[in-house]
Amino acid sequence: MSTKNRIGVVIGAILILLWCLLPVAWIVSLSFKSQEAITNGSPGFLPSSGGGAGWQNYADVLADEQFRRAIFNSIGISLIATGLSVIIATLAAYAIARLEFAGKRFVLTLALVIAMFPVVSLVGPLFDMWRTFGIYDTWPGLIIPYMSFTLPLAIWTLSAFFREIPWEMEQAAQVDGATSWQAFRKVIVPLAAPGVFTAAILTFFFAWNDFVFGISLTSTENARPIPAALSFFVGSDPFNRPASLLAAGAVVSTIPIIVIVLLFQRKIVAGLTSGAVKG
Amino acid sequence: MAGIQMKNIVKQYGDGFPAVNDVSIDVEEGEFLILVGPSGCGKSTLLRMIVGLEDITGGDMVIGGKKVNDLAPRERNLSMVFQNYALYPHLTVYENIAFPLRLAGKPESEIDEKVREASKTLELDEHLERKPGNLSGGQRQRVAMGRAIVRDAEAFLFDEPLSNLDAKLRGQMRTEISRLQKRLGITTVYVTHDQTEAMTLGDRVAVLKRGVLQQHATPRELYENPANLFVAGFIGSPPMNFLPANVKGNQVELPFGTVTIPEDKAAKAQGKGLLIAGIRPDHFEDADVVDKDKVTDEATFKAKVDVVEWLGNEAYAYIPFEAPTEVREQLAQLEKDLDGESLRTQLVVSLDGASRVSEGDEATIWVDARKIHLFDPATGENLTMDADNAGIIPGGNAMAKAEEIGEEQDAV
Repeated sequence: MSTKNRIGVVIGAILILLWCLLPVAWIVSLSFKSQEAITNGSPGFLPSSGGGAGWQNYADVLADEQFRRAIFNSIGISLIATGLSVIIATLAAYAIARLEFAGKRFVLTLALVIAMFPVVSLVGPLFDMWRTFGIYDTWPGLIIPYMSFTLPLAIWTLSAFFREIPWEMEQAAQVDGATSWQAFRKVIVPLAAPGVFTAAILTFFFAWNDFVFGISLTSTENARPIPAALSFFVGSDPFNRPASLLAAGAVVSTIPIIVIVLLFQRKIVAGLTSGAVKG
Repeated sequence: MAGIQMKNIVKQYGDGFPAVNDVSIDVEEGEFLILVGPSGCGKSTLLRMIVGLEDITGGDMVIGGKKVNDLAPRERNLSMVFQNYALYPHLTVYENIAFPLRLAGKPESEIDEKVREASKTLELDEHLERKPGNLSGGQRQRVAMGRAIVRDAEAFLFDEPLSNLDAKLRGQMRTEISRLQKRLGITTVYVTHDQTEAMTLGDRVAVLKRGVLQQHATPRELYENPANLFVAGFIGSPPMNFLPANVKGNQVELPFGTVTIPEDKAAKAQGKGLLIAGIRPDHFEDADVVDKDKVTDEATFKAKVDVVEWLGNEAYAYIPFEAPTEVREQLAQLEKDLDGESLRTQLVVSLDGASRVSEGDEATIWVDARKIHLFDPATGENLTMDADNAGIIPGGNAMAKAEEIGEEQDAV
């Protein structure tokens, strides 16, 4: 690559980073400004003298009972939805990749159709159904729709991974004395680990970032997740929203997802199957 | 350790055509059996039926006196080396070898002892902590073998284990496998399409074509007494020459001249019209380098040599000839069955390295007429076979049967 090209790439990358990260940086900047400074107008990126709030906004947000409860809800609901979704998707994808059964194409197509279905159109019926079933404003009431909307993608991702694994691996395990279940657990799942983690990240993203279900299917802090909670975060004066507190809340709610992505990313090691067969 | 009896084994896939058709092979305890044939002959399918990865459509599979048709692979206690090794990439070499023992729930001390022993045998000691991805082809091959020998299996099964190695390594591993099998004395079934591997490794060799067993005999018996054209063409390198031949009394008319064959052979081939004569390249010689008393007019002919390949210890001379239409088709079909593709009918002659014959020469070639085989062009049967020294040949005409199946299959 010529020097000219390299400079071009660097400049391009910087532009894209600015484009993507400026709003995030602005939120962080806002979260360190005091409420008065914002109300009075504080256009600078760095807080004007005397307008800085230090960590006060964060302390206030975390001291808020509702906000702590929302974080707890979000983490719990997202983790459970992710766990269940990945387990079910792994089993389903394995069956789709390995077995020939009637209706296989139907299952795959159905999964795709569900994935393409607009989320909003289901909110109304779900609201009625959940109230009848008595799971309105509960954790399961959110976990179920999250799972059903992330499963299709997880199944498609994972079955692609399973198809990549040479069938001989499983046969070798069976000849070595493994039952089908042992072959699956000890050989196939470890080999599909990158796929499993990819599916997990996608599911977690969806569940964590969801706003539509979060706000429609909950009514109290009993199950309300962070995105919905932030929108209810009005402070003492409903006509004067506490922008700096909201910014601090938004920053706090981003942290878990960054941590999770960093943790899972390490597990996504491409080419884990290299060396399994001839090469 | 146990013997393996295959009784009238049949494998039919969904389309109804038999991939393996009525094959009966008896592998004795401790024997090294080779299943050999061109691609698509059903040898791998047969092996996978022994180990339990393929269902058996018909017939009995008996291992160690027990019928195993309906047992899962893990209940058969066989170990197998796959063509692409199928090592577990997420486990170290040590854990790969220990895998079958761990599944069997063996105590840690026993696992360690056995893994160390296997790794010592296969010289894998310094690689035990590495992952398969970091090993060379030969090392992976050895790990796959380690995983097979580590437990006390009833038999070893090899599915073309050397086909992914380069030529030099293949030769070394071949010797290694042979040595290992002799030392462990364990029943072994080995699938290959390489006739050199078949000849050098096997106590006995079963030749298959289109799922039909052609001949089951020792390598020497196969080489000296092939049951039919197919076996004759498959075993031996360079392959046997096939020439149109007319038998009159004990005189055989070949495209290059007439030679005299022994009375008993001639008697078996009387009154059959046009035949195919099979002569191995090494049964020819440059008349100039053969003992003078052997060279007679009946056993020599003159021919123009097209190409000579000199290899030092020997030389191959190529002599083109025209075949009559009746046999040309049969020979072309045979060539196709053997996965080959020769453009012309030609005679390959193996000459002594001392021979001075060069390209374009009119050479005098001596042929060892005692070694000539005569085949019936219609059925492919070897008319001059010494049945007492030809091992087991299934009843009926195996080659014709295989061809029939082939034609039906090709027609679809």
